[in-house]
Parts: sequence; structure tokens; C-alpha cells
Amino acid sequence: MFDASAQSLPNLPGVGYKPQHFSAIMADADPVGWLEIHAENYMGAGGRPLAQLRHLSERFPLSVHGVGLSIGGEGDLDPEHLARLKRLCDWLQPASFSEHLAWSTHDSAFLNDLLPLPYTAATLERVCAHIDQVQDVLGRPMLLENPSSYLAFSQSTFEEPDFLREVSRRTGCGLLLDVNNVFVSATNLGYDPRGYVDAIPLDKVGEIHLGGHDEDEDETGAPLLIDSHGREIVDPVWALLDYTLDLSGPKPLLIEWDTDVPDWPVLAQEAERARAALQKVAA
Amino acid sequence: MTTQTAFRSALLDPGLATPGGVVNPGGAPATKRFDVYRNNVAVSLTEALQAAFPVIRKLVGEAFFQAMAGVYLRQHPPRSPLMMFYGAEMPAFLESFGPAQSLPYLPDMARLELAIRQAYHAADAAPLDPAALAALPEEALPHLRFAFAPAVHLVASDHPVHGIWAANMESGGTPERRPETALVTRPDFDPVVDALTPAQGRVMAGLLAGQPLGTALRAGGSDFDFGPLLTCLLHRTAITALTTEESPS
Repeated sequence: MFDASAQSLPNLPGVGYKPQHFSAIMADADPVGWLEIHAENYMGAGGRPLAQLRHLSERFPLSVHGVGLSIGGEGDLDPEHLARLKRLCDWLQPASFSEHLAWSTHDSAFLNDLLPLPYTAATLERVCAHIDQVQDVLGRPMLLENPSSYLAFSQSTFEEPDFLREVSRRTGCGLLLDVNNVFVSATNLGYDPRGYVDAIPLDKVGEIHLGGHDEDEDETGAPLLIDSHGREIVDPVWALLDYTLDLSGPKPLLIEWDTDVPDWPVLAQEAERARAALQKVAA
Repeated sequence: MTTQTAFRSALLDPGLATPGGVVNPGGAPATKRFDVYRNNVAVSLTEALQAAFPVIRKLVGEAFFQAMAGVYLRQHPPRSPLMMFYGAEMPAFLESFGPAQSLPYLPDMARLELAIRQAYHAADAAPLDPAALAALPEEALPHLRFAFAPAVHLVASDHPVHGIWAANMESGGTPERRPETALVTRPDFDPVVDALTPAQGRVMAGLLAGQPLGTALRAGGSDFDFGPLLTCLLHRTAITALTTEESPS
């Protein structure tokens, strides 16, 4: 079992790294405290992606964030993919490695989305076995991120925070709390986002994600928020961050902006807002 | 059938019903909520194909490309989470995709666009010092074998595959109606595509397969001039090493 408190990302704002921002970041005297990369984008053999990453790793603490391991998959983890993750982490020695409470691969088809899980005893066993395997292979603890949910499963027997707490207790993994995902899921499934945060073991949280979402409705006219990462973070999500930080104290904060990616100054401005939120709890 | 088998089938087939047990907060079936995932999968895989095949997208137009991507992603969902290499079956798919038969050069264009992506992500390699070539005695030349950078790819075509590619990348004029072989190299970080004649293409294919120069040159014909191809390979830093031992035949 690993000690989740060994995480070493600084309690500062970071951003999800996009290659188009490379020059702006390198030219900025004090851009952000750290950067997060999507592991799968850096699994080629060479070329510009790895060269950029080499430069960035010399200047910034890095968080390696996997989006394709399918930890919730009914089948075995892909040993080749796990080996690729190990090579990347061995090379970069990142401050953090994280993945999602979701599945994306089934019968060898990778569906390129973070798909939902019923929270049952069987799912718990499987997710914990996969996380044990990941932590064994990588030789480091990982953080597990809460998903954004659009639907529920009638067979679920756990509330999501209880499920996450139990996974962390059994495997020793830390948690990555995405407060936008909490807000999206709470709106879509009709529960109180603050109650969700209250039920999360915040001492296990090694990183907090923030991102933008889109608004839609389901066929009954109920609000349906879509986790798009394509726009500014809305005020209620900033408020949920403040609520969380009041309870948890300072944490590493990440701005995620993955589609319709803006120029660097817009992203840097979101990071500044995160810095201000951290300063409120540090004061 | 497991939950994920049912989920996966319904994600890729909009004709199938929403899987059982998928509900809204009131416990009622949640079709539109399930469609969020259906949409995410189709859109994200289509976007991956758009990024992989920008010239094919230009050649067929946006509406055609999107419809074609919708067929492709259901026949060939990714087999790996490395989306930068998604689309490897596109050349074979285009060979048999009925609505694309009026553009017979599309499969070769797909091969070229895949080669460019592979070159972009290929391992870095230190180029050969051209002085090593100049230092060789003439009698060694027929036995000379070249090692090439991992980024080097060759796409032979009955169509002007380089000309059509260049015209659509705004770096070239009108393609000439002729067979061309496209040579993909990566001098720095950005892949470069050069046009080879069919004879140069045959010689290059032999060299890439590890044939000694004397053997490879025979495929070029009796009046073949290796100079322009060698100049191109050196200029693009495509060669990484030379060996001159005779093959252990």
C-alpha cells in the first residue's frame, strides 16, 4: 500500500498543457506553478511532442494525467498501455500520476470517452484490483478522479463519494477532486454539490480540477450539463472551489481547457483567479 | 451480456435501445442522457480522423468526410488509446468504400497522410555526416547499404500523390497527371514531403528494404542518375549510417 500524502505538486495553480502555448509559456516569467499533460499524447517515439516535454520538465513540476487506461473496464488492463505509462513516468518522474474512475476500452475497442460505472460491490473489487496493479507497476501512488455523470445506474448500491472513499481506503490511492465534475454531476443527478464535497475525504485529495461546461436539457426539461472543457469556469464552480478549499486548505489547482483552446493570456487569467482563491485560504 | 458489452454496442449503433439500468435521477430510462456519450464517442473519433487526414477532408468536403468518418469509426473503432495513430485502416477502407470510388487516389493519399503522422512521432535520429560518404572508395559503392531515420517513409502511387497533397497544403501549384512516389522525411520536427519519379521511388524502396546500392540501382533502369535522389536524402538528413560489408549471401 502506498502513502497518498507523498504527492508533491505545489499548492499553486497549474494548467493543462497545450502545444500551441509552448512559446508563450516559455516566454512568460511566472506563468503557472505546474503543468498537466495527457499521457497518451506523449507516447510517440520522438519528435516535437517529446522535445517540448523535455524542455517543460526542466522548468515545471509535471502532473501526468492518463485518459485511456480504462481503470473501470470489465476486462484486464492493457499491459502494453500500462508499460507505456511506466516508461513515461520513469522518464519524466512527474510529481503526480492520475487517472479516472471510468472505463473506455471493452473487447479491445477504445471508445475515446470516459464512460460511467455502476457503483456496486463488483465494480469496487475490479477498480481496486486495477489500481493495485497500476500502483505496483508504476511504483508510485496514483490519484483517482471523480467523473462527470449524465446518468445513473439502477443497480448502483454506493453513493459516489462513499465509493471513492472505499477505493482510497483499500488501495491507498489519493483522489483528484474535479469540482466542475461535482457541479455537473450534482446538477444532472439532482443532489447537493456541497454535500458531495462534505462526504469526500479531503485529506486524500492531492489535486483539484476546474473546467468549463456547456448547458443543455434532457427530454423531461431537466438541466443537463455537459463537461466540455471548452470555455471559462462559471461562478458557481468557483464558489464550490472556495467552499472546498475552506474545508481542505490549499491544494494544487488545475485549469482544464481542452476544446476551443484560447490564446495563452485567457488561460493565464483563469489561473490567476485560481491563485486568488488559494490566497484567500492561505491568509 | 455484461453492462459494458451492452453499453459499447449501443454507443456505436444508434439503432439499438438505451441499455437497461441506465436511468435519470427519477429512475426513468435516460435516452437523451445516454446520447451524450453516443455523441462524445462519435464526435471525438471524427475529430481524431479530421486531424489525421486534413487533405482527404479538403478533397471530399466536410459533409462527405463526416459521413464517411461515421461509417469508418463504427467499422474500425480504435484498438489503442493512442489517438495520434488512429486511422491505420483508412487506406483499405477507402479502397472498398463505394461513395469514394470516383476519387481513385484517395487510398494513396490516406497512406501519405498516415506516413506524415508516423514521421511526426518517429524516434529522433542523428544524421550521417556527408563527409563519410565522400571518403568512400569508388569500388565500395555497389556494396553500400544505407540506414535511414525512423521518420523516413515512402508512398508509391499511380497518381500524382505528392502534387495533389501539395496543392491542398497551399504549398504547390496544379498537380501534373503522372505517377509519383512521395518521400516523407523529417529534417527537424516538421515532416517534409518530396516528389520522386517512379524510378527514384523503386530505387528508394530497395534501399529502404536494405538492398546494397548496386542492387537497388538496377530497379532504376540503365540511364538512372542517383545524384538527385542522394542530394535530396542528404539535404533532408534522411540517412543515419552507412555500411559497406558485402552481404553474407
